[in-house]
Amino acid sequence: MLAYYLDLARRSLARNVGLTILMILAIAFGVGASMTTMTVLHVLAQDPIPQKSHDLYNVQLEPRRMLGYQAGQEPPDQLTRLDAETLVRAGKAEHQAIMTGGQAAIEPGRTDLPPFFVDGRWTSADFFKMFDAPFVAGTAWSEDDDLHAARVAVIARELADKVFGSIDAIGKTIRVEGTDLRVIGVLDAWRPQPHFWDLNTGSFGKAELVFVPWSTSRELKLGHIGSVDCWAESSDSLALGASCVWVQFWVELHGAERVEAYRAYLEHYSDEQHRVGRYERPVNVKLRDVMEWLQYRKVVPSDVRLQTWIALGFLLVCLINTVGLLLTKFLRRSSEIGVRRALGASKRAIFVQLLVEAGAIGLIGGVLGLGLAWLGLFAVRHQPTSYAELAQLDLPMLAATFGLAMLTSLFAGLLPAWRGCQVTPAIQLKSH
Amino acid sequence: MLEMKNLSKVYRTQMVETHALRGMDLEVRAGEFVAVTGPSGSGKTTFLNIAGLLEELTGGSYNLDGVDVKSLDDRARSKLRNEKIGFVFQSFNLIPDLNLFDNVDVPLRYRQLTRSDRKRRIESALERVGLASRLKHYPAELSGGQQQRVAIARAIAGDPKLLLADEPTGNLDSQMAREVMQLLEDLNAQGTVVVIVTHDPEIAARAQRNIHIVDGVAADLERGPSLVKTA
Repeated sequence: MLAYYLDLARRSLARNVGLTILMILAIAFGVGASMTTMTVLHVLAQDPIPQKSHDLYNVQLEPRRMLGYQAGQEPPDQLTRLDAETLVRAGKAEHQAIMTGGQAAIEPGRTDLPPFFVDGRWTSADFFKMFDAPFVAGTAWSEDDDLHAARVAVIARELADKVFGSIDAIGKTIRVEGTDLRVIGVLDAWRPQPHFWDLNTGSFGKAELVFVPWSTSRELKLGHIGSVDCWAESSDSLALGASCVWVQFWVELHGAERVEAYRAYLEHYSDEQHRVGRYERPVNVKLRDVMEWLQYRKVVPSDVRLQTWIALGFLLVCLINTVGLLLTKFLRRSSEIGVRRALGASKRAIFVQLLVEAGAIGLIGGVLGLGLAWLGLFAVRHQPTSYAELAQLDLPMLAATFGLAMLTSLFAGLLPAWRGCQVTPAIQLKSH
Repeated sequence: MLEMKNLSKVYRTQMVETHALRGMDLEVRAGEFVAVTGPSGSGKTTFLNIAGLLEELTGGSYNLDGVDVKSLDDRARSKLRNEKIGFVFQSFNLIPDLNLFDNVDVPLRYRQLTRSDRKRRIESALERVGLASRLKHYPAELSGGQQQRVAIARAIAGDPKLLLADEPTGNLDSQMAREVMQLLEDLNAQGTVVVIVTHDPEIAARAQRNIHIVDGVAADLERGPSLVKTA
């Protein structure tokens, strides 16, 4: 029967081309606008590491002075270097990573390739396994390398290709900020978005191309990028004892029990710092997993959320219009419905027939809406925003576009089809 | 074939209650050709709609070919209507954007028949009404009489036991009306029960039996009260 209903839908749609086009356009514009904004929201709000986002926690402590204290205030987003180095040394979590972003000059030592700057990350050994970094060659450095400030580096494939002409870079030397570092690992193209482990260098930042052990970076005084927040004068805000927060600290914890145990450890640590007079404010410890962290830091711009709501409102208006048009169309065919009912069609058969027609409109509207969404995203990609280049229609959103179009049209068809199948055949047959 | 006992139909609105049929007892047997007459508003069409399962009765009982229709849901009523009843309307009620083949196909589509079976039945039905050569024509390309013949082909394509005709000649000139009546008589001769609602005494006179309805009450004009009792 589906083929028959599709054929009837085709005839019906061809019978009144103007009305059909109007309905298709209503669905297409509604779906196109919604999918454009929803795709942007989807890429911005997505889980950057879905396989373990519930096991990775950002650590926040409250090391500031009482000056300016307000009850209920959140602790700073980053840690002091002293706290972070203490925590990483204590090793109380299953894995822990201290880190900060940086920028470093790379000197390829080739006449055809002048020195250039790359973004880098100065971190500790656990970083790579915690964040599932994909190695194409070599491995991460060891805790021993961390301890001894080994002159080693892990580099991205892009950098290996650029400097060495291939990913075959293991054991080779790369000159970073004037120091030769031995390449021990090469990472595949890797750019989790949002850039959750450090939102200070841009929520949707560029990929980092060089990774250096934390201790090495401090010895070499590699540059830092990101925010530094100090509450006391210091000649070197990046020094170990400086009263400044500028270091990110992440831990990997499996299960609520371990999370609570680690929280207790942090509270105990804060108490101790309080006792020795380093901390002044009441103990305030926060452990947020990846998605909680992204939500807390409001990674999705509020205007993107607003645009999505506006687009969904527009879709609703289109939906209501389509309901009206379908209602007109179906009730105009009351006499045909009456004839079909008299000839043996049940109410259900009429309902399905009319719903198939609404679905056909949705399918065509969906294809057109997809084109409009593609155009919309093309326009977004040309906006001067940090996330512009991420606005791409992926497979799930492609499926969602068709799903939304079909759902919208079927939903729009429900009331008209219901009204259509309630037509009293006896009246229609007599009044025809 | 068709048995109504103490059948009543009441239309209710907030203000008014209209008794369209009042305790009608009626039996139509296999092979009969019955004309139903009566003045406008007497209840003829209501009777036809109830007989054709297009409306539900308010009281009494109605058995169609041994099936008590009162207890049936919409799906079962539609199936019974599709299998047992053929309709012919005054205004033909063909679907304008379907050609003759597809118009005759409509009732068969709701019966899960194979494509070849449907094709055979459609061609045979159009052959019987003399329009086999015009399968691909559209209703608008036919005269009124031809359209009514297509409607008859559509009604008989599913081999119904009962043919209900509501003023089938009302929109036709006398020549065409005679042709249509001849067709209905031929169908009756082949075993189909025909119940025809008409204002036309000439048409009524051609039926084997006349039922006269006045104010929702039926009287059998030719057989006496043995088969039809008024309330």
